[in-house]
Amino acid sequence: MKSHNRLKAGGRIDRSKRLSFNFNGKIYYGFEGDTLASAMLANGLNVISRSFKYHRPRGIIGSGVEDPASLVELLDEEASGNNLSTNVKLKEGLSAKSINCWPSVDFDFGAITQYFEKFIPAGFYYKTFKWPTWHLFEPLIRVAAGLANAPKMPPKSGHFESRNAHTDYLIIGAGPAGLLATLIAARSGANVFLVDQNTEAGGSLLSLNLSINKRPAMDWVDGVIKEISAMSNVTHLQDSTAWAYREHNLVVVNEREVENASIIERSWRIRAKKVIIATGAIERSLVFPNNDRPGVMLASAVQTFVSRYAVKPGENLVIFTNNDSVYSYIKDFKRAGINILAIVDSRKTIESDVLDYAADERVIPYSIIKNVNGYKKVNSVVVESFGDNGLEIISCDLLAHSGGWNPAVHLHSQSRGTVSFDEKIAAFIPDQYVQSAINIGACNGNFNLREIFDETKLFMLGQLSASKQMVYEEKLECNKQMYSIEALWSTDLLNEKNKAFFDIQNDVTHHDIQLALREGFSNIEHVKRYTTGGMGFDQGKTGNVNIIGAIADLEGIGLNDVGTTTFRSPFTPISFGSISGVREGAVVLPFRHTPVTKWNLEKGAFMYEAGARWRRPGYFPRDGESFQEAVNRECHAVRTGVGVYDGSPLGKFELKGENVGEFLDLIYTNMMSSLLPGNGRYGLMLTDDGLIFDDGVAFRIDQHRWFISTSSGHSDSVNQHMQKILAFDRPDLDVKITNITNQWNNATVCGPLARKLLQKLGTNIDLGNSSFPFMTFREGKIANIPARVIRVSFTGELSFEINVSPRNMLTLWEKIIKAGAEFDILPVGSEASHVLRVEKGFLSLGHEVDGTVDPYDLGMNWVMSKKKIDFIGKRSVHLRRSSGIVRRELVGLLPTNPDEAIPEGAPLTPKGKKVATEGFTTACVWSVVNNRWVGLALLENGHSRHGEEAYVRLKNKIIKAEITRPVFHDPDGKLLRS
Amino acid sequence: MLLIKCPFCKNRNETEFVYGGPVGANRPDPTRASDEEWVDFLTMVPNPTGPVHERWWHARGCGEWFIICRDTVTHEILETPIEKS
Ligand SMILES: [Zn+2]
Repeated sequence: MKSHNRLKAGGRIDRSKRLSFNFNGKIYYGFEGDTLASAMLANGLNVISRSFKYHRPRGIIGSGVEDPASLVELLDEEASGNNLSTNVKLKEGLSAKSINCWPSVDFDFGAITQYFEKFIPAGFYYKTFKWPTWHLFEPLIRVAAGLANAPKMPPKSGHFESRNAHTDYLIIGAGPAGLLATLIAARSGANVFLVDQNTEAGGSLLSLNLSINKRPAMDWVDGVIKEISAMSNVTHLQDSTAWAYREHNLVVVNEREVENASIIERSWRIRAKKVIIATGAIERSLVFPNNDRPGVMLASAVQTFVSRYAVKPGENLVIFTNNDSVYSYIKDFKRAGINILAIVDSRKTIESDVLDYAADERVIPYSIIKNVNGYKKVNSVVVESFGDNGLEIISCDLLAHSGGWNPAVHLHSQSRGTVSFDEKIAAFIPDQYVQSAINIGACNGNFNLREIFDETKLFMLGQLSASKQMVYEEKLECNKQMYSIEALWSTDLLNEKNKAFFDIQNDVTHHDIQLALREGFSNIEHVKRYTTGGMGFDQGKTGNVNIIGAIADLEGIGLNDVGTTTFRSPFTPISFGSISGVREGAVVLPFRHTPVTKWNLEKGAFMYEAGARWRRPGYFPRDGESFQEAVNRECHAVRTGVGVYDGSPLGKFELKGENVGEFLDLIYTNMMSSLLPGNGRYGLMLTDDGLIFDDGVAFRIDQHRWFISTSSGHSDSVNQHMQKILAFDRPDLDVKITNITNQWNNATVCGPLARKLLQKLGTNIDLGNSSFPFMTFREGKIANIPARVIRVSFTGELSFEINVSPRNMLTLWEKIIKAGAEFDILPVGSEASHVLRVEKGFLSLGHEVDGTVDPYDLGMNWVMSKKKIDFIGKRSVHLRRSSGIVRRELVGLLPTNPDEAIPEGAPLTPKGKKVATEGFTTACVWSVVNNRWVGLALLENGHSRHGEEAYVRLKNKIIKAEITRPVFHDPDGKLLRS
Repeated sequence: MLLIKCPFCKNRNETEFVYGGPVGANRPDPTRASDEEWVDFLTMVPNPTGPVHERWWHARGCGEWFIICRDTVTHEILETPIEKS
């Protein structure tokens, strides 16, 4: 296909490098140096996408990050969702498609929504889709609302990367201000980062044919780039967007062209002593009826396409403006062979030196565009002149408009700096700073190159590097640039039927703004949320200030009184891959293993994550065995013979100091300080609001040395809790805490034959029940391995927790398995452990303990010391109790049908009726010892309802169960003490 | 991301720390406090627009708990703990 809009010469494209690309299934050609947008325009593609709400055809409007309409979905290797075609660098074989349209961009079924427009005004979703629930409508709306699909697969090759950096100066923007600042700082020897979002340095100089020192301005740019590229103190990141300005001068930069081809994108987190924001300005749209038709473009975009990309977006041009900037484009437009039919200027008087630029053109002062005709492409415009009250139709295929320039204050605003409205340039400029930053150049409201250089020098020469003032003595002569403006937030739209778009990306029209104000949403933050104006990927870059201006006009107040909304990061759309870098999956949250993991895997254990990223064996299935059969077998071994499980993940801490006893008395419910060395006690930890936080055991080693254990998944938060109390509430206590979770592993041998197995392993510890009773520990050797053996039980059976150093853990484990063969020992996974603890009614965090229960609720009054005046949580437990409110209390459940399981979490309701729940099932397991399903539940007033029936209410049935004590095995605890 | 000064490790990224909430009233003597005083202690957490003293824990560092004063509007850290070594 012929690139019929491509100019024969000029532009910063390489005509020797032709690139093919695919758009909506057709092959087109562009050149190296093109963006997808410029290549599409060169090929005469007018309709790129369909709009978000009304599915109106949309073309390219801007030439860079400000473009609100030309989103595409990239396919194949480059697959990624919503990309601005103006930001996509053309590459050989690039493949893209339109979004928001079905079946095609030319014939879009969704376009019928525009005929129902009066039914989908602002706030439509809030008003309509609220009954009975938003979730009912959400999937449908998502399909209709479109935007691109997320890629189904991660990129096939390459990876994302992150880097941290510190620097003296971070300079954002490689336009004239940023380049001069970089040069001055770099020559002083300071550490400098220069970041620019464009594919090439130069900023506005890339598109405007200006001169510096009587030579093309781009020669000066090339000279600066050449000089700084040889300096080791400068890091220059081109094609890189500073998209987030965070606290304490941290700026996040997305680098897209990385020197290492295997890196798709790199994310930089740069902390700078000083951030110099030189992000330039973004042209504002004018708002008039049908200002979104393909062929209606920002004037600066037309200039950029013509002079930078050598693309002529149209033949017959009408210009609409309220300011001077377009006049300087005229000579470039004419050189490109574009016929300028009229310059429609809303101002009554235009300076004569401005008019000199348009000496040969038809300038119509005091006039506006009344309407735009054409659906998929402009074919004419209606000009209304207030001077002679005339209407005129001018046939054209291109309308370039400029509503003035908005300093790109986005990063300044993200840094929490404030902005104020400057009447002279009719735009918001940076006002107060909160962080160590400065705005220079156009982003500071300065649109004149000569003054931009002066301003930059003035600031930089006041900077110190290595205690010396920075210097710059070269001359910088440049063209005169003029800029004056008369604000025009929109044409008169009071009774306008045609849509005039304030926010093209979000399809926000004057009707929406008027409606919002009519309904009382006059605060700019409310207008934004009600109309969605300024939201989304373009963050209102071209339209937001017009909305503010329109509100000011309609309300009769100043723009400063309306204020601005907060600019959000990202400044431009950023890929998720870039944000996460390599920090995904197990890299960001690594799994924790014990020395037995490999053994578990070799034995075919079904492994999963069980709290705090511990990889644990769930069960050890044998060939052809079901889940339940495997779990039953493991339970049976513990109840009748012997089993062993790896208890290494248990949280473990050693506490040393003169006041450990007093400290433990404070953090546990029961009395720990009275324990004698070698003895331990089970305890609950509460928070000061009287709710259970953790449970565990505390053992005294000697006078001033103790160890405690916590739930596996909770050890970090228990550590935090303890350290915080010592730091702030009781700094007077002499207690030092060491986390020994990873210094001690343990194999817990449990079951009636546990003692026999230990004897067979060989030990110098007297294992007799009277010399080594329950809740004591002994130090010695097991199978010649130094060990600390603790008699605790989480299964209800005789248990020995053999703690050894990690290097001996696997040896111990294998010796236990080998010695246990004659007792038919089995390794026990988490599933069987769960069954065994439910049979005993032992609590489990996340099941019975969900952050709402206190010890009374679980029937554990005995664990609350009456002797202690205070412990954390005591006052609140009693305060809550004294209120007499109904509590959910732990009970056992025996399903009436012993073969019927109750789903964990299932609700209980009075008589199974469809009324408010009175509790829920916390656990339900097949009990091997009882040969039936047994469950635990938290039930209102459960303690006094033993023997009554409870009803589990499910979607399709009701399960009846008898309420019992929450213990189904060895209720007196004889076995664990045996 | 805040840059937080740990008394031992000096300036470190926020991601290394755990937030411990604003500094509220001291824990009253539970045997003397009235019910109202006790409930106030549990529930009245300072939440100002502006400077607030708050606790941070250098969890992924040295393990120290300390207090800073931070402006919740600007994130400026107005007071840092005394350096330790
Ligand atoms: Zn530290």
